[in-house]
Amino acid sequence: MVHGEAWTIKELFTYPNEYIYWSVQIVMYPFMTGLVAGAFVLSSLYHVFGIKELKDIARFALVFSFALLFAAPMPIVLHLQHPFRGINVFMTPHFTSAIAAFGIVFFTYGAIVASELWFLYRKHFVIKAQALREMRDRTFFEQLQYLLYCSLTLGANDISEEALHRDEKAIRILAGVGIPVACFLHGYAGFIFGSVKANALWMTPLMPVIFIMSAVVSGIALCMLTYIVVMEFRKLMIKRASKPWQMSLEEVKGVEMHVIKMTSKYLVLFLVLAITLELLDLIFRGYTAVKSWDVLRSVIYERDFYDIFIMQYGLGNLVPLILFLVPGLTTRRTLIGVLLVLFGVFMMRWNVVIGGQAFSLTFAGYMHYVLPIIPHDWETTKEGLVGAVGILVLPFVLFYFIAKVFPVFGEARQEH
Amino acid sequence: MLSRRNFLKYSLAGAAGLSLTKAVGAKTEEKKPVEVGKGGVRWAFLVDTYKCVGCGLCVKACKNENEVPYDENVTRTWVERYVVTKDGEVVADSPKGARDGFTTPKIDMGHGHEPRIIKPEEISKAFFVPKLCNQCENPPCVQVCPVGATYQTKEGIVLVDRTWCIGCGYCIMACPYGVRFFHPKYHTAEKCTFCIHRLHAGLKPACVEACPFGARRIGNLLDPSDPITRIVQDERVSVLKEEYGTKPQVYYIGLSKEVK
Repeated sequence: MVHGEAWTIKELFTYPNEYIYWSVQIVMYPFMTGLVAGAFVLSSLYHVFGIKELKDIARFALVFSFALLFAAPMPIVLHLQHPFRGINVFMTPHFTSAIAAFGIVFFTYGAIVASELWFLYRKHFVIKAQALREMRDRTFFEQLQYLLYCSLTLGANDISEEALHRDEKAIRILAGVGIPVACFLHGYAGFIFGSVKANALWMTPLMPVIFIMSAVVSGIALCMLTYIVVMEFRKLMIKRASKPWQMSLEEVKGVEMHVIKMTSKYLVLFLVLAITLELLDLIFRGYTAVKSWDVLRSVIYERDFYDIFIMQYGLGNLVPLILFLVPGLTTRRTLIGVLLVLFGVFMMRWNVVIGGQAFSLTFAGYMHYVLPIIPHDWETTKEGLVGAVGILVLPFVLFYFIAKVFPVFGEARQEH
Repeated sequence: MLSRRNFLKYSLAGAAGLSLTKAVGAKTEEKKPVEVGKGGVRWAFLVDTYKCVGCGLCVKACKNENEVPYDENVTRTWVERYVVTKDGEVVADSPKGARDGFTTPKIDMGHGHEPRIIKPEEISKAFFVPKLCNQCENPPCVQVCPVGATYQTKEGIVLVDRTWCIGCGYCIMACPYGVRFFHPKYHTAEKCTFCIHRLHAGLKPACVEACPFGARRIGNLLDPSDPITRIVQDERVSVLKEEYGTKPQVYYIGLSKEVK
């Protein structure tokens, strides 16, 4: 069977070679890079602009962004017909292609996040390494830990006030440089789509900007979601065994609500910006009504109406906006809100990627994507529900391990 | 009475005759070679839609020649059938790329729709349009390939390096003509090459060879005496989807506005 045939239903007049070639993994790709960029921008709001209310979530967002960074290229790898040749992009980058810059942008961004994390956690590494060095009888595991923390310090063991001040300055610079790079990382994911002149739905110069805005929205929402989950877990732990050096339950609750309220304001701001741009694009298309508008209108207002207006704009944008704007925000309401926002951003990616292939190049036919739920071969596994869920879970698994080395709460809080 | 088909045939012959006299007259003029390829060859295709009867022999020949799995629903070249009703409705199809020819008046409407039969008295015009890679002057597929696995030769033909293609599908997305697909066996981007291997051996492409009616022809645009160059330069020809700025090099005689 031809690639794409398994999940494509062709209707009316389509060219013989047309299929939904870019499937769910290409939906996951901008969704994941969006989360990376968004999480980073959120952490930078504190480090660069000194928005103190976001201090608690900033460190967390940065570590999460790092975990997401490793997961972001995975959808592409799963999508490639020759995944082992993916390295060719770095070996012979063809710079007229938007995808070719991926390696450079991705590694630049990765280097910035990694350096910022290092400056942020250098003190922690030094303290850890010193404590382990002082231990007399180290177990094998402790020895491994010692070696790890020693290498992580990179030999910079000075944790005097002056040195730490220099670290903070470096963090501020890196976070500042990181914002445009993060925006570029994601904006250029939008460029990959927006520059395809053959695709009537994708081709718009607004695409990169729309992608950046929705990226920030999704990044903030994911950080809030994970933050709430972690805080709930902490509260549960405090309830179980109260330790004198830990914060009391009321203190934790207070901090949590304060952070949530502050962050949700930024979420609403970027959400409004994202919706405005998307609606502008839609209105502009309808008003100018070029050749492709007839088929686009039939896709947007008829075939994909439910996905676009009910799921994306309604459930994913309007409902959370109401939830956040109604006074007396609670944790539970926030939780529902951020989940819906994440769903809305996912639907936006879906409606762009799948919606862009829902009509034929003939403008006289349609293609319907049927997501493979129960896989029957490798292709329907990796480019089906199983592959997509795997990609969604991956950053959380990575975060679990990365947070072991870069503690987000607890020890690091005491040190600062 | 003169039928529509005969009328078109005679008028075409008349037009060709007129242009021939013009071409003879122009022979003495200094013609600038088209500045495209540097190797002295720029392959271009000429499709005469008036001559195509939709037999599908070209599609069959192409599949066999280029090892595109015969029963798979992808093809390097195909033929489209257009039926325009007196109400102005356009109905088109290309079942299996017309590999087996159009042997029935039933028009394939795709999934979930019954095939349509339009009564002859309701038809205002009907015709066939062969399609293949346009070997664009400004190929968007080459522009977007992230690894440079697809490239344009000096003769203007766009090729794919099967040993380097990563299979991202960006080129497939970038082609406005839908000529690209993933090869079912090699899992790399696949497309029409004007049968470059045959051209280099001094032969004509398989589809050109197979067409019994001379609807498909190939020529070198850099050779002013080439009959195809003459027709492209002297007659009224058109190309597909000019608005994309791809500068396609497959020229059509008798293209109608209904053609997608």
